[in-house]
Amino acid sequence: MITFQVNGKDVQFDGDPDTRLLWALRDNLQLTGTKYGCGIGRCGSCTVHIDGKARRACMTSVSNLQGKSVTTIEGLAINDETLHPVQQAWLEADVPQCGYCQPGLIMATVDFLEKHPSPSDTDINENIDNLCRCGTYVRVRRAIHLAAELTAKAK
Amino acid sequence: MRIRNQASKQHEPDLSKRRFLIAGATLSGSFLVGLPLVSMAAAEQASEGSSQIGYFINILENGDVIIGNNQPEIGQGLRTTLPMLVAEELDIEWERVRIESMPLGIVKTADGYTWKYGPQGVGGSTGLTNNWTHMREVGATGRLMLLQAAAQLWDVPVEQCTTRLGVVICESAGKKASYGELVKLASTLPLPETAPPLKAMDGYRIVGKPHHNMEVRDIITGKTKFGSDTQMPGMRYAVILRSPVLNGTVASFDDSAARAVNGVLDVFEVEGPAPGAPYHILAHGVAVVADSTWAAIEGRKALSVKWNESPSRNDSSEKFWKENLEMLSGDGQVVHDQGDFPSALSEAKSVIRHTYEVPFVSHAPLEPQNCYAWVQEDKVHVIAPTQSPSGASRSANAVTGIDRLDIKVDMARSGGAFGRRLTTDYVSEACIISKKTGWPIQLVWTRDDDMRNDFYRPGGTHELVAGLDDSGKVMAWSQRLASGSKYYRRPNMPDEDLWKAELYPDDFPKAMVDNYRLEYFHNAIGLPRGSWRGPAHVANGFVIQSFLDEIAHESGQDPLALRLELLGRTEEQEYSGHGGPKMTPGRLTRLLKFVSEQIDYKRERPKGRGVGIATHFTFGGYAAHAIEVSVTDNGELTIERIVAAIDCGYAVNPNAVEAQLQGGTIDALSTALELEITVRDGQVVQKNFNNYPLMKIDQVPALFEAHILNYDATPTGVGEIPLAPAAPALTNAIFNATGVRIRRLPIADQLRNAMTA
Repeated sequence: MITFQVNGKDVQFDGDPDTRLLWALRDNLQLTGTKYGCGIGRCGSCTVHIDGKARRACMTSVSNLQGKSVTTIEGLAINDETLHPVQQAWLEADVPQCGYCQPGLIMATVDFLEKHPSPSDTDINENIDNLCRCGTYVRVRRAIHLAAELTAKAK
Repeated sequence: MRIRNQASKQHEPDLSKRRFLIAGATLSGSFLVGLPLVSMAAAEQASEGSSQIGYFINILENGDVIIGNNQPEIGQGLRTTLPMLVAEELDIEWERVRIESMPLGIVKTADGYTWKYGPQGVGGSTGLTNNWTHMREVGATGRLMLLQAAAQLWDVPVEQCTTRLGVVICESAGKKASYGELVKLASTLPLPETAPPLKAMDGYRIVGKPHHNMEVRDIITGKTKFGSDTQMPGMRYAVILRSPVLNGTVASFDDSAARAVNGVLDVFEVEGPAPGAPYHILAHGVAVVADSTWAAIEGRKALSVKWNESPSRNDSSEKFWKENLEMLSGDGQVVHDQGDFPSALSEAKSVIRHTYEVPFVSHAPLEPQNCYAWVQEDKVHVIAPTQSPSGASRSANAVTGIDRLDIKVDMARSGGAFGRRLTTDYVSEACIISKKTGWPIQLVWTRDDDMRNDFYRPGGTHELVAGLDDSGKVMAWSQRLASGSKYYRRPNMPDEDLWKAELYPDDFPKAMVDNYRLEYFHNAIGLPRGSWRGPAHVANGFVIQSFLDEIAHESGQDPLALRLELLGRTEEQEYSGHGGPKMTPGRLTRLLKFVSEQIDYKRERPKGRGVGIATHFTFGGYAAHAIEVSVTDNGELTIERIVAAIDCGYAVNPNAVEAQLQGGTIDALSTALELEITVRDGQVVQKNFNNYPLMKIDQVPALFEAHILNYDATPTGVGEIPLAPAAPALTNAIFNATGVRIRRLPIADQLRNAMTA
């Protein structure tokens, strides 16, 4: 039995401990906002936070999560009315096309902005490596800059 | 809308009925065109008051309006754009609108199956154009019925009533009532005989103005359900181990280790099509069913399968490209011949000839294929990300034998599609597995399943020849193509028609060159192939726009001036292919001049810096690109600036058009830079994004300008239009910067190798 937290709630997992967090979230906890895209950590669609750091859920075995705290896209907004500033920026820049990669991109950006609160384009280029098959990158860049502004304002 | 505007004159086919009934040929296949279902529409009218007016409009008491969307959403934004048309004519506030997905609606008539809610399916960039009139009529008819309800209630002539943002007003009687108050009466009124006149476009408040994606909040909070997010009571998960070799079949398998994996429930063989036969599914394989995705995948890893020797076992990319060149050294099928090409060429002052290669590529939507299916004794339920819900219905019917009226197809939001989800092989697979087990099944494809089992965009070798007179004028032009046709293994497809998917005879510069010939050779490599966003336009746009640049440079002309001269030779031309019946070269000229001015094309650039331009007509729409690059002495390429422009006639939702222009350009550049599917020993080599590296944000310049140039009042499609000019604008820019001509896609290491050689 492995005990950890997901979006602030305690969960116990008693299945195969090698199970990747991605599938435990999706199949067992019905948290389907975390997406499968490649299974090898390349695309970033499954990005979640583990103890506040962006991690690829497809590469993380549940066995490594004892006592840890996981945040998924479902747990990011402050509440139903108030979005996280990164989500708010995504809303205002109207980033998504198909939308499939966007939760992962948002989770990656939240962590990125912790380290780069006012990022340059180069910072973005060097750190955001999520794949978007629809090619929303122009608006992703705009949204990241906007999110940095919104975060600074909120402080 | 309950097909209101057609229902009063029963069984009298007319033009307005056809809008609902004509099935798009590329999407609906054998779907029969039948008589309109007026009697059904009338029968379904509410006898007691309802909040629903027809199939598409539901007005709540509080004034909120739920608008049904009957089309698949694959990222192109139709779920926002089509309801905008309804809302405009219905005359409501956009902020009050919510969207609801409609399932596939089919009904049976004496003539066969036909559409209940109008044609459903997206491909060929027709999602908007097919529904442009229909959806506005839906809104206008709903508005008229609300006006009639108010007139009846107040006992005034309907002509004295008008609407303003969800309210009917009769000034002469001093009355007003909200739509929410009137809808119960309106829903019981008889259908108008014809659709009411539509609004004048200059009065639009919603259409033509930029609107955000209606679902963005759900997407960014993780609430949106894609197909793969489907969870139903009693559902099991399935994966299939498909033959790694193209056209391979199962000889035998040992499932003892697989069955020992905790959670694995069943293992069995799934039979695929015979080599060369039309596909219902892509490959033979062995299915593993389990109580979780993880267990199914782990169970599959433990399978041991012996495969029979496949006729495709010696297929390879190397062989394919070699065979293409061998074929091109002989005579092929002349599929278009105007003027006297051989004579013109022999009389030409100079002849320019180059050969280009465009690779096979995968669709690689970020959400791999998947399908939920539950096959019961007398009914089927399918939930799938699909561009073709009617194809899903046909697939389920073919596998189960259950009447299509008892097959419910729900379209999930699709995590990309790009043409891949026009085929419904994964629906067939899910139905086969559910039928065999009796369980509701979520079929999961992993990334490597998806990349190795695709209907790939055909690869091909193009030989372009031009003859110029002594003034440098192009007198003769030919394109000779050896490729794997997209129509390979299509049912009832004669060999002599295989070229039709690969060469579009009316494309530029046919109408501008007197002596013009197209020749085709088919290479029957075992790779499956299908429609990839913009299909053959992407390949042909690349070779034609590259070759034009080469002609210009080799004859001492300016690439822009040469294009403008050719485009100026005719004002309008016939275009018999998809996107016709006319093509206006002047619209390409306008875009080309615009992007060239924006990027300051004529300015001298320093060493290692260059600019390239290209333009192309795709499926009724026009696009052009100007791209500026820098290249280091070692051949490191940086895209510095992109200017993209689209003329889609009239942009209904400029925000969505801009998104498609940005995304379509990036898709084309991503593909041109690095992407290729190759075959070795009959097997697809690429399995995941590590060796199929999609573009990342670092390759997209911060200077990316997307321009929409409206032309008239008629919208064209958008999704596929921006792709074709992007890659040749890039490679033309590379040539301008370095003198290195890229004649083979993807660019990959070619530039580095050429610069360091």
